[in-house]
Amino acid sequence: MLTKRIIPCLDIKNGRTVKGVNFVDLRDAGDPVELAQIYSETGADELVFLDISATEERRRTLADLVLRVAEKVNIPFTVGGGISSIEDVDILLQNGADKVSINSSAVKNPQLINDLSGKFGSQCITVAIDAKQIDGEWIVHLVGGKVPTELNLFDWAKEVEERGAGEILFTSMDNDGTKDGFANKALARLSTELNIPIIASGGAGNIEHFVDTFKEGKADAALAASVFHFKEIEIKKLKQELQSNDIPVRL
Amino acid sequence: MKIVIINYGAGNIQSIKFAIQRLGYEAILSDDPEVIKAADKVIFPGVGEASSAMSKLKESGLDTLVPELKQPVLGICLGMQLMCNHTEEGDTKGLGIFDVNVVRFNHGVKVPQIGWNQIESLNSVLFNEVEEKEYIYLVHSYYAPVTKDTVGQTQYGVTYTTALQKDNFYGTQFHPEKSSVTGQKILKNFLEL
Repeated sequence: MLTKRIIPCLDIKNGRTVKGVNFVDLRDAGDPVELAQIYSETGADELVFLDISATEERRRTLADLVLRVAEKVNIPFTVGGGISSIEDVDILLQNGADKVSINSSAVKNPQLINDLSGKFGSQCITVAIDAKQIDGEWIVHLVGGKVPTELNLFDWAKEVEERGAGEILFTSMDNDGTKDGFANKALARLSTELNIPIIASGGAGNIEHFVDTFKEGKADAALAASVFHFKEIEIKKLKQELQSNDIPVRL
Repeated sequence: MKIVIINYGAGNIQSIKFAIQRLGYEAILSDDPEVIKAADKVIFPGVGEASSAMSKLKESGLDTLVPELKQPVLGICLGMQLMCNHTEEGDTKGLGIFDVNVVRFNHGVKVPQIGWNQIESLNSVLFNEVEEKEYIYLVHSYYAPVTKDTVGQTQYGVTYTTALQKDNFYGTQFHPEKSSVTGQKILKNFLEL
C-alpha cells in the first residue's frame, strides 16, 4: 500500500539551514547535508530544501548544495526557492534533485507550469501554494505570505493541476508557526477536489496533528521543520503512532 | 568492473552515479555505442515524458543498440517503460524487449503515484536478501500490467509490475537509487550479477 510521507523541510539561506516562526525571526539549525543524512537514516520519507537567500550567487550555491545532498542521501528530495525558468530546473534535476517546487514564479507566469511539466514530466513539478484566510476566503499569498494575490486557493490549485503540476505543497499561513495543527478543512477540500497528491504544511506541533492531517485533512504527505529540527518530534516515534492509528507508513 | 550509465539526456543520472559510488563502484556516463557495448553492466535511466525521451534515444542511435546488448542491462523508471512494447504516454513505441504495453493509472487513485509502496511476489536475483513487502520509492503516472516477465509486483488501485526480468534485461519501475537501504541492496545485486 502507498504510504503517507513524512517530510522534514530544510529552509536554506546562504547554504545553511534556518527556520523562521511565521517566516521571520530566523534561527540557525545546522548544516543541510549533515541534517539531510540524519533524516534519511532516521525514517524521513523525503526532504524539501527551500532556498530563501536573495543573493546574486544563489543559483550556483543552490546547485552546489543539491549536488552535495545527492552524493550523500539515498531518499528523494525536492528543491524550491526562486526557481523561475527551464534552465533553473534543468541544472537542479541534473545535479540530482528529484523534484522542484515553484511558487511565486507560477503565479506570475502560470504557463511556466505547462512548460516545465512538458519538458521534465509532471512527476517532478511540485507547485507550492501559500494561502491564508481573508474574510473567510482562502487567498493565495506571495513573498512568504506577505503579499496577497487575487487568487482563490481552490481555483488556483485546480488550475495548477490542469496545467500539469504533479503535486501541490499547501502551506496555510494562518497555521504556519503556530504549532496548533494543520489547516485540515482546506486540505481535505483540496484532496477531494484534486487528483494529484497534496502535501500538508504549516502548523505541526505534536504527533496528534499529523494523525489529524492524514485522517481529517486527507493529506498524502505532511511537511514540518522546527518540530523535527529541534527534536520535539522523533520521526520514528511519529510513524509508530501513525501506524497504531491505522495510517500506512514506511517503518 | 566497467559500469556505464546511458546518457541520452533523459534522467536523474547524477543520483544513480552517486548511489553506485556509495556501493564502492564507479560508473561512467556515456552515449558512445562502443563504450556502452564494452561495459560489464549497463544502466538505462529515464525520467520525464516518454515520447521525448524516446526521440532523444533515437537521435543518439541507441534505440537499436540497447535491445542487442548481451551484458546485464537495468532499466530504471521510464527506462524500464521504454524497454516495453509500447507506452500510452505520447503513444510511444518502445524497444520491445518486454512484451507488455504500459498504460496510465485509472483506478480511482491519485496520479502520479508519488511515494513509498511495497514490492512483493519477488522472483529475481535482484531481490536477494530483500524481504517480501519491503518499501521502494516510486514516482509515476503510467505502469506496466503484470506479465510473464514480471518479477516484482505492487498494489496501487491495481496490482501491477514494479520489476521485470527477461534474459540479460532487468527493469525496475521504482528508483533503487532513492529507495534507501532496500534500493541499495537491489542495486548491489544487479552490479554483482
